[in-house]
Amino acid sequence: MMRFLLLFSRQGKLRLQKWFTPISEREKKKIIRDMTSMVLARQPRSCNFLHWKDLKIIYKRYASLYFCLAVDNQENELLALEVIHRYVELLDKYFGNVCELDIIFNFEKAYFILDEFLIGGEIQETSKQVVNRCIESSDMLQETMEEYMSKPAF
Amino acid sequence: MSPSIPLQEMIRAIRSARTQCEERGVIQRECAAIRAQFRQVDNGGARSHNLAKLLYVHMLGYPAHFGQMECVRMIASPRYSEKRVGYLGAMMLLDEKQDASLLITNSIKNDLAHSNQYVQSLALCTLACMGSAEMCRDLAPEIDRLLRASNSYIKKKAALCAVHIVRKVHDLGELFAPAARSLLAEKNHGVLHGAVVLITQLCERNPEALERFRKTVPDLVQIMKGLVISGYSPEHDVAGISDPFLQVRILRLLRILGRHNETASDAMNDLLAQVATNTDSTKTVGNAVLYETVLTVLDIKSESGLRVLAVNILGRFLLNNDRNIRYIAMTSLQRIVGTDHNAVQRHRGTIVDCLKDQDASVNRALELSLALVSASNIRTMMKELAQAASGIFHAAERYAPSQRWHIDTILHVLTTAGGDVRDETVPNLIQLITNTSELHCYTVHKLYRALLTDISQPSLVQVACWCIGEYGDLLLKGECQETEPSQVTEDDALDALETVLQSHMSSPATRGFALTATMKLSTRITENVDRIRSIVSIYGSCMDVELQQRAVEYNALFRKYDHMRYLTSVLYVIGSNEEAVVSISVRCSLQVCDLLDLLGGSEEPLQPSTALGLPNSTSTAGGDLLDLLGGLELTPLAPGLTHAHTHTHTHTHTHTHTHTHTHTHTHTHTHTHTLVETEREPEVKNLTKTKLQTETSSLRIK
Repeated sequence: MMRFLLLFSRQGKLRLQKWFTPISEREKKKIIRDMTSMVLARQPRSCNFLHWKDLKIIYKRYASLYFCLAVDNQENELLALEVIHRYVELLDKYFGNVCELDIIFNFEKAYFILDEFLIGGEIQETSKQVVNRCIESSDMLQETMEEYMSKPAF
Repeated sequence: MSPSIPLQEMIRAIRSARTQCEERGVIQRECAAIRAQFRQVDNGGARSHNLAKLLYVHMLGYPAHFGQMECVRMIASPRYSEKRVGYLGAMMLLDEKQDASLLITNSIKNDLAHSNQYVQSLALCTLACMGSAEMCRDLAPEIDRLLRASNSYIKKKAALCAVHIVRKVHDLGELFAPAARSLLAEKNHGVLHGAVVLITQLCERNPEALERFRKTVPDLVQIMKGLVISGYSPEHDVAGISDPFLQVRILRLLRILGRHNETASDAMNDLLAQVATNTDSTKTVGNAVLYETVLTVLDIKSESGLRVLAVNILGRFLLNNDRNIRYIAMTSLQRIVGTDHNAVQRHRGTIVDCLKDQDASVNRALELSLALVSASNIRTMMKELAQAASGIFHAAERYAPSQRWHIDTILHVLTTAGGDVRDETVPNLIQLITNTSELHCYTVHKLYRALLTDISQPSLVQVACWCIGEYGDLLLKGECQETEPSQVTEDDALDALETVLQSHMSSPATRGFALTATMKLSTRITENVDRIRSIVSIYGSCMDVELQQRAVEYNALFRKYDHMRYLTSVLYVIGSNEEAVVSISVRCSLQVCDLLDLLGGSEEPLQPSTALGLPNSTSTAGGDLLDLLGGLELTPLAPGLTHAHTHTHTHTHTHTHTHTHTHTHTHTHTHTHTLVETEREPEVKNLTKTKLQTETSSLRIK
């Protein structure tokens, strides 16, 4: 299973954090510090896989954002790279030419998309189109409910 | 109280803050407003915005625990927008350790039965993310119900929720087993994927479940075949592979089911061969599937032809341009080099070639190469390894799995290819040895033996001399856990050092090491001090200025300040500056001695103490000062010494070239600063037109 997913900028600013196991706030902060320093210290052409404690860390840089995914030791690293790529594609489809700013200003949407793609540290839907459709429907539901709710009562 | 601003405006305000202080100010104001808003009963649609703002602030690292109750309230709200943010907040702020998490159990239960699937999905997602064991036990029957009778959108989420429940409460696995079985008949890939993950989880936890689920092997093979030979499916295609995520999970499950079981392994043989040969390996995604296939083949009871095919795939991976693929290949080959030795041997050439690569994979390549050395290929292997010497050092330094491995590796390469290594190896190796205190005995024995066999490799000789000088007592003690016992007498050790001193192959630098080592031994041995004195005095008239100066200073120590000789034992200095720093420290110690004379210190010679020649706390008048002076490592020596001492440690990491006497002192001092100070990259603003990717650069490449 996946243990956590972190998105951070080249300056080490956290843009998204998803934890799939219960961890205390202090532990989380420590892990974030460790991950950012480890990943940002990597040479540009090195391999995308790292070992950290008993986990495998797979990271990939997309423009100004680093995607850092931690998985159990028996997971397939190459597939983890594909998972990261799939998430970027989903974000791209949703935001249209997604950049870091989109994720900063619409972080809750980034989480909603992630929650349609992964659950409990596993992939829940392998089709891009299905995930996109679900996000759109949820957004639609939110808007119509808002409209409905904002109508004056009775 | 200022009115609260919309989420995006707040984010903008925070980002435009120029200092940490300003940012904190903005956030404090906002948090105060948010708290006030939370206390109000109802304020229209702004509630979800407030919580979202709080979540943003939380992500920046500020405390947000006062939002926990608000999450609970929002989750219970009938509005979808509020539920959405409420559940998000629950996943971010609540975990099973918080008391508030129990309060949402009821809301989740209600939402699981909601008429709207998106509301159900929120509840399922949250439960799978942060559900505690009690919550899981409470809600397991609900999940089971959803597994059986709902649409595929819910089923796939319920399956993964069940996975989480089984992880938390192992016994509940029994509850989900029947539903899991029937889910394999679904057509929807999301549901299938969830089912496979659930079955994998059940099998991993429970051997009985594993037995029962073996019957599903034919079904799994069927599904897999469908994926592999099916035509293009737009819904699931990734670079020509149909649903690689599902394929990999099925392969993993097959691995678990086929392990230690002939029948199951036979049933999947053909399929695995088919996947191995038909999968397109030009893109990462294809290689991911191939990789999983290889792992499965090597783990089950596959026939030999299939195993050879698998190893050949790994061999092909080694030639791949992609570093990641090479790394994967190396780790996999390493796992099987014990069992499939001959198959791996065939790829030896490629493996050794990988040694030239300066990356983490080199570490693996090295271990693998060493594992492949046998009587027949040792000559060629050593030649090939020697050529890759610097790559090895670099990688060994960065990625060594254990210190003993690191030391062994470096010694190994030094003995075979010492001439090819770079200059900084010696100080780095000395530093490494110093830091590995538990291996001092082992290291000094090994180095001594290496010195006896061959004194032609300068790096090796220098390190060996230094070691003998520093840890001579451990060498002379004889017993060492990690190597065979050998009796080394003081004469033997001195013979070795003298050979180095006298050999025409030794460079002046090497002689310097040997002379210092000889001097250091004078504090660690008991019988042959005179012999050392004579060696040292001979070099007092040596042609080499450096050596002469050193010898003269050492002689002075013998003559005038015999009891201060023990200071040489704390000349715990390393690196290419050793010669320089030794001179400084000796000079300093001589000055201190003069100072002590002035103080009227007693002339009693100190008793030789144990092991590392530390002065005992005998009470001579100079004793207290000596105590201060005679610490190893951490106790400060005379001020002049301290600087050189502590800073040299950091110094060696960055510099390779030697310094003259005068430069050493100041040079070492300045460089600690640069090491301590971290580099700060400028905050990249939106409008910067630098070559660096900015926040507005699209994430999609090409």
